[in-house]
Amino acid sequence: MIGTGILKGMAVTARNFVGSYFEKDRLITVQYPEERNPLPENYRNFPFLPYDGDDPEAGLRCVACKICEKECPPQCIYIVKSEDKKPDYMDKPQFYPKVFNIDISVCMSCQICVEVCPFEAIKMDKVFELSRRERFDALLLRKSDLAKPNEYYHSICPTDAAEVDAKLAEAAAKKKPAAPAAPAAAPPASAA
Amino acid sequence: MTATIQTLEPIERPPTTMGSRLEGELMEVSMGPQHPSTHGVFRMNVALEGEIVRKLKPVFGYLHRNHEKIGENTSYLGSMPYTDRLDYFCSMTNNWAYALSVEKLAGIEVPERAQYLRVILAELTRLQNHASLLGFLLSDMGAWGTPLMYAFREREKILDLFESLSGSRMMCDYMRFGGCRVDAGPDWMERAKKIVDLFPRFIDEMENLVVGNEIVIARTQNVGKLSAELAINAGITGPMLRACGVNYDVRKVDGYGFYPRFKFRIPLGEHGDTYDRLMMRALEMRESVGILKQALEQVPAGPIMNPKVKIRAFRPPVGEAYGRIEAPKGELGFYLISDGGTNPYRYRVRPPSFINLTVLEDLCLGHTVADVMVILGSVDIVMGEVDR
Ligand code: SF4
Ligand code: SF4
Repeated sequence: MIGTGILKGMAVTARNFVGSYFEKDRLITVQYPEERNPLPENYRNFPFLPYDGDDPEAGLRCVACKICEKECPPQCIYIVKSEDKKPDYMDKPQFYPKVFNIDISVCMSCQICVEVCPFEAIKMDKVFELSRRERFDALLLRKSDLAKPNEYYHSICPTDAAEVDAKLAEAAAKKKPAAPAAPAAAPPASAA
Repeated sequence: MTATIQTLEPIERPPTTMGSRLEGELMEVSMGPQHPSTHGVFRMNVALEGEIVRKLKPVFGYLHRNHEKIGENTSYLGSMPYTDRLDYFCSMTNNWAYALSVEKLAGIEVPERAQYLRVILAELTRLQNHASLLGFLLSDMGAWGTPLMYAFREREKILDLFESLSGSRMMCDYMRFGGCRVDAGPDWMERAKKIVDLFPRFIDEMENLVVGNEIVIARTQNVGKLSAELAINAGITGPMLRACGVNYDVRKVDGYGFYPRFKFRIPLGEHGDTYDRLMMRALEMRESVGILKQALEQVPAGPIMNPKVKIRAFRPPVGEAYGRIEAPKGELGFYLISDGGTNPYRYRVRPPSFINLTVLEDLCLGHTVADVMVILGSVDIVMGEVDR
């Protein structure tokens, strides 16, 4: 009989409508600014530079090797290498980036810079509320905007951060078996 | 091996009277690029006689981003995130097709667990693509909102899975040459199992909404008929080809990945009309659920990356390779020529939805303007892939 198909469809709609009052599974809308879904640990959005210790300048792990600048597919990283050297977490003198800019209007959060960096110096961030009134300068993140403490990294990705810390501590211990652990090498584990 | 679509009584459509009054007078109408049902920025120049389409000329290129040329100027790895942006509904299968062709080029083995993960993710992608296609198609037919909301509710669950695994809902950038980037933990597997187990409920609902619905039947049966002969000659692939009754599925033909290990059937249509194309998606979702259940059951422990593959300065040997997979929209292939450098010498994409779109005029001739939208919806295009 003509019309039965439509009635069957309406029954589905009615079931969904009534069901949404009882079944959590059918009610999925989150009232965004007030309510938020927790972000999964693997979530990634734009890179940042974690630093050890308290000083964002001294604690930066980046040695300005420019590998990430070269590998970044849309070429949105800009690095200027320093002329002098500063001690890194193993007290070995290293270059550091005088300028480290990421243009996040170009960056596509592909994580390739993180994968290629040999020094665990760049990691993926989780901020996404980044709308700005201005298109150019406000979306160019400079070294001071990008540098964030290692504790912050622990708070957003506890598992990964703990792994990285262990790896760095191990490398430091291997390089200098005699010396006491460098202050920057082992950031407080309680940070997580 | 195959399942066929049940046939239903055709429903009489009222004749279109406008045509006779305006006989011989053609009016050209430009549909799109900002039409709500052109699925992106796609334009058609339609010559109409009254309501009837007499000529149709697709115009595209609004979303052209030079994907292939960029691929030739980027390292092999650097192209991986760009492939996400081809068919942004199915980034996982795009990743897989590209990884597959580079793996062929360089002769890279993929560990067992990674192969299983790839199958799981590709089938989840197929589920969410087909689900949203059904929603979009019904919404093109005038069922504004409701079926699309149901489809997106299910899609959202799968995208949450993708997000917690790869870090992004749509731009997954998950696969790497020789494996996958992140491993899926046991709780991820549990979540996936739960979603897959509940998914048939959604397919049932969708079928209840669609199968017997007189309006859907009247709007889709005998509309946009594609003959098997034309489909084969035009190089149509995917559900659109199988809706014409041609048994061709790259998963069976090539047996790439671990697909030969799973039991599944290939649904086939009979008439090649819009209704068959619509039902094809529902049947394919059921088969995908079957594959997913087997894969989630069997997935072994082990590494997910081939340790021999270098990330930086990856240089495959001189040669060429074509890797293809059965993406939700059809055969997706990447053709690469390597001259031994860090960039491919030639990088070519065989996009399924672009090639499926080439027969649009043949499908639409003689139908009304309103049918054009339905036919276009049933082709299943994503402009990111058509224009590249
Ligand atoms: S995430 Fe990707 S696009 Fe962004 S800076 Fe890193 S490599 Fe470049
Ligand atoms: S972030 Fe890493 S790869 Fe980039 S310049 Fe610094 S050390 Fe090198």
